[in-house]
Amino acid sequence: MPFGNTHNLLKMNYSAEQEYPDLTKHNNHMAKVLTPEMYAALRDKQTPSGFTLDDVIQTGVDNPGHPFIMTVGCVAGDEETYDVFKDLLDPVIEDRHGGYKPTDKHKTDLNPENLQVYPHSTLKPTLFITGGDDLDPNYVLSSRVRTGRSIRGFCLPPHCSRGERRAIENLSIESLNVLDGEFKGKYYALKNMTEEEQQQLIDDHFLFDKPVSPLLLASGMARDWPDARGIWHNDDKTFLVWVNEEDHLRVISMQKGGNMREVFTRFCTGLTKIEALFKERGHEFMWNEHLGYVLTCPSNLGTGLRGGVHVKLPNVSKHEKFGEILKRLRLQKRGTGGVDTAAVGGVFDISNADRLGFSEVELVQMVVDGVKLLIEMEKRLEAGESIDDLMPDQK
Amino acid sequence: MASTFTRLLSGRNTAVLLAGLGAGTLASGYMLSDSAAISAEEKRKLYPPSADFPDLRKHNNCMASALTPAVYARLRDKLTPNNWSLDQCIQTGVDNPGHPFIKTVGMVAGDEESYEVFAEIFNPVIKDRHNGYDPLTMKHPTDLDASKITSGMFDENYVLSSRVRTGRSIRGLSLPPACSRAERREVERVVVQALSGLKNDLSGRYYSLTEMTEQEQQQLIDDHFLFDKPVSPLLTCAGMARDWPDARGIWHNNEKTFLIWINEEDHTRVISMEKGGNMKRVFERFCRGLKEVERLIQEKGWEFMWNEHLGYVLTCPSNLGTGLRAGVHVRLPLLSKDPRFSKILDNLRLQKRGTGGVDTAAVGDTFDISNLDRLGKSEVELVQLVVDGVNYLIDCEKKLEKGQDIKVPAPIQQFRK
Repeated sequence: MPFGNTHNLLKMNYSAEQEYPDLTKHNNHMAKVLTPEMYAALRDKQTPSGFTLDDVIQTGVDNPGHPFIMTVGCVAGDEETYDVFKDLLDPVIEDRHGGYKPTDKHKTDLNPENLQVYPHSTLKPTLFITGGDDLDPNYVLSSRVRTGRSIRGFCLPPHCSRGERRAIENLSIESLNVLDGEFKGKYYALKNMTEEEQQQLIDDHFLFDKPVSPLLLASGMARDWPDARGIWHNDDKTFLVWVNEEDHLRVISMQKGGNMREVFTRFCTGLTKIEALFKERGHEFMWNEHLGYVLTCPSNLGTGLRGGVHVKLPNVSKHEKFGEILKRLRLQKRGTGGVDTAAVGGVFDISNADRLGFSEVELVQMVVDGVKLLIEMEKRLEAGESIDDLMPDQK
Repeated sequence: MASTFTRLLSGRNTAVLLAGLGAGTLASGYMLSDSAAISAEEKRKLYPPSADFPDLRKHNNCMASALTPAVYARLRDKLTPNNWSLDQCIQTGVDNPGHPFIKTVGMVAGDEESYEVFAEIFNPVIKDRHNGYDPLTMKHPTDLDASKITSGMFDENYVLSSRVRTGRSIRGLSLPPACSRAERREVERVVVQALSGLKNDLSGRYYSLTEMTEQEQQQLIDDHFLFDKPVSPLLTCAGMARDWPDARGIWHNNEKTFLIWINEEDHTRVISMEKGGNMKRVFERFCRGLKEVERLIQEKGWEFMWNEHLGYVLTCPSNLGTGLRAGVHVRLPLLSKDPRFSKILDNLRLQKRGTGGVDTAAVGDTFDISNLDRLGKSEVELVQLVVDGVNYLIDCEKKLEKGQDIKVPAPIQQFRK
């Protein structure tokens, strides 16, 4: 059960074989890794707060997956999940994050000064010049960077009680309300917002809804909706925090146009301030040197960072090598509605595919470099020229 | 430790939180220590019931009407022998605030003992849902003697089909919101084994949802037998759809008049149905089949969940007692347009649904008419009530056809005195 651990002992009355889930029709990372032997070895364990193996895998059992898209199929209920169930989660992480080993160390780099300039630009290339501020606004409509943060000591959304979730909300409101300058803003609790506030948040593309994806629902994250959920944003509408959606906090920096450096700078500054404010109140973010920032879904470990743009690529997106180009650039495409949506009018959401094993600066640099190359390709194809010489190497 | 404490106290919110809880140094130490791992037990102490009490101000269901902070405080830390908790019982009601017009129940049982351990909340909910039935003082009558039914043959110019359904739970195994995969598979095994012992007009076959072929699936759909993975959030929030379609299946007899759903919303749902208006025969088969299945599981040492206050114990409190819904698909083109239709149904203790079942609208002039009540009246009483009621409705329809006036009948008494 997602939020009650106590049932686990009862299952010990049945053999592991009797309890082992039927994964014959499944295609997700969990199903690939969880053998009957592993199930038998892990099923009597639980984290200190009572999260069990069946809690970890329920979403993967309930959602067999897609033949083309490989979902993760497991979630964490607390920070200790990644340790108690490492025999399952380490191979899942390795599979999902391009061979990241249990012994690897993840580097965190939230210094926007380290963003470099793209070698083919008109600016003179040197190693440590800050770049990323000049993505062509004729093509790039908007830029955005998001990540998540979890507050150490609290259970994660699949497992937290109402009391914990509310405590997280209170802590977040308290800390965020201290922010000033460009970060000064306001909190909108989902259950208290007025009709006008709701409409404004929808128009700003800020409002998040109760999850409908069965991937999320089956893990128990939507319990008690909309209790203790809300949205905080600064007055400039360029910095936004979601509270208690899929993670404790989702932090988003965004603006129209192609100045990714500004977006990323604000992102890093804001995050650093928030972290300091939480520390003042006796709380820190879940982080360790192996997994980086710890979040609910193993796919978001490390940086939890998705940096991307909405960019017009009507020509290059029709090129037969588009998929291959993205793959080599370590980028992924989505529709402008976000994950699980299709592109409209040749406008794509292009973002980094990786989360773990690269630092924040490295990932945003990849997006900046990759998008610049894609725009160059787009211009060539517009002019009827070939792009063969521009094909990148695998990063 | 002193410096830790100072840092803590400077964090106003944390200090207020901890001071309010009367938590000691040990608890505060957890907040900043490297291993912030707090056990479930300690979490319960850190968060008093008032911190966890759900926000039910926008809710309209039986659970929300009955659950006070005081009741929650007394019950929050209790567990059934199967380790099922109050929060798990009420989750579906917290997640589904309800409808201004339709009052849902808002809670489920995880096992037979839930109704006992959490009686303080289940009893007022049962009373609310079942017209004042008080489990503490009243006894529920069980009567499966179909020979007692009179006038159980309807005019087939109006009645297209007749159907009786109920549910049964296997004592000793957790209910669908709570059961583990092994328990669910055990329910399947026990029931399928019993059903394989049915003979003559009741002999039939099991179709497991995980193994059925395309053709079998299509046939079951064409017969209107196949059930789907639940989509209603009322059910999914209660956890009943976990591990779908593992250990779910449909059994039916060769004549397609007796059908059993396994591990859908209850351990079993038992359905007797046929085209036409012979409700007496439908009910006769229903009773015979049920008794035979009960005998067969008892041979193997199992029994149904039942007690004299709640009757047959099922997942949703709305289905306690008989768990019985007896109904017909009936054409009432004129009566259904008469403004007195709803009142007539009310007084006869009947409800109308669309022919797709609950949550559907009527198509054309054909309605699903069935009994409202489940608990406090026996199976025979309820089926007789449907028989009498539907006969009355058909009579009204015929009168309206002839241009004659109809009467609203006097309301039926709620409970046996």
